Amino acid sequence: MLKVGNYQFKSRLFLGTGKYPDFDIQKQAVDKSGTEVLTFSVRRMNIYDPSLPNFLEKIDVDRYTFLPNTAGAKDAKEAVRIAKLAAASGRCDMVKVEIIGCNKTLLPDPVETLKATEELVAEGFTVLPYTSDDVVLAKKLEEAGAHAVMPGASPIGSGQGIINPLNLSFIIEQSSVPVIVDAGIGSPADTAYAMELGADGVLLNTAVSGADNPVKMAEAMKYAVEAGRLGYEAGRIPKKDYAVASSPEEGISVGN
Amino acid sequence: MKITVNGNGLEIQDEVKHIKGLIDFLELEDKPLIIEHNQQILQKEEHEKAVLENGDKVEIVHFVGGG
Repeated sequence: MLKVGNYQFKSRLFLGTGKYPDFDIQKQAVDKSGTEVLTFSVRRMNIYDPSLPNFLEKIDVDRYTFLPNTAGAKDAKEAVRIAKLAAASGRCDMVKVEIIGCNKTLLPDPVETLKATEELVAEGFTVLPYTSDDVVLAKKLEEAGAHAVMPGASPIGSGQGIINPLNLSFIIEQSSVPVIVDAGIGSPADTAYAMELGADGVLLNTAVSGADNPVKMAEAMKYAVEAGRLGYEAGRIPKKDYAVASSPEEGISVGN
Repeated sequence: MKITVNGNGLEIQDEVKHIKGLIDFLELEDKPLIIEHNQQILQKEEHEKAVLENGDKVEIVHFVGGG
């Protein structure tokens, strides 16, 4: 069971809702993923075309916990405003702090992320900041009251997987709040690897929505999270330099 | 009166007196939306109490797909 603040989740997979081919595929993918947490962004509504459908109208919203992000915010002030807008929906008090500090790499602004986390914790939100894989920053976010930390595996949407497993391991080892690997996951292997490293969960979007078959990939990610977690709990064997036979060396009947 | 909605000027009739009236006028009453009125975020029950005046700034936002 994954505990984040006052929330408890059976599934350790958080799923983003961006860039699916269409709402039907998205709905099926969400179902197959087994996720209980969906991320969203907050944006201006097209008031001149109210007939435009919204994904929320397609899903049973009561089945999911909403994790709105603050994407689009350039500083802590904007992030706090977006979090409050999202909360005014009456559907959520969780927020993913996402403050981009570099438009090319989409890497987060550490200073503003820390500031926003402090402010939102003080406001009573359940706060999950998206951060780089900086070990010290992850600790500072936890000290600021973050209910989970969400280090990126690699740049958002890049699909590069885990490029610094050592840093992620350090973050996981030191953290007393859940660590949810967020961003950069490309394949089920990446997801399983994150979970085997000891991550408490994985948040992904493009790896599913951009797959040739998002519904199938959503299911694959569900199993990858479960397999990786089981592997972590089971405890893998240490790596050795040389072979160690798995068949007994005694009683061989061939030769002399 | 003239107000600004999502950054664009909008002329509305005087019988639209409050935020709820504006939502009805725009035919958005069935939509899950969130309103910011002159930089003040409103709870749903406040929509009927938030009186509109000439020059007001209104933001109408909602959840969209995102990661």
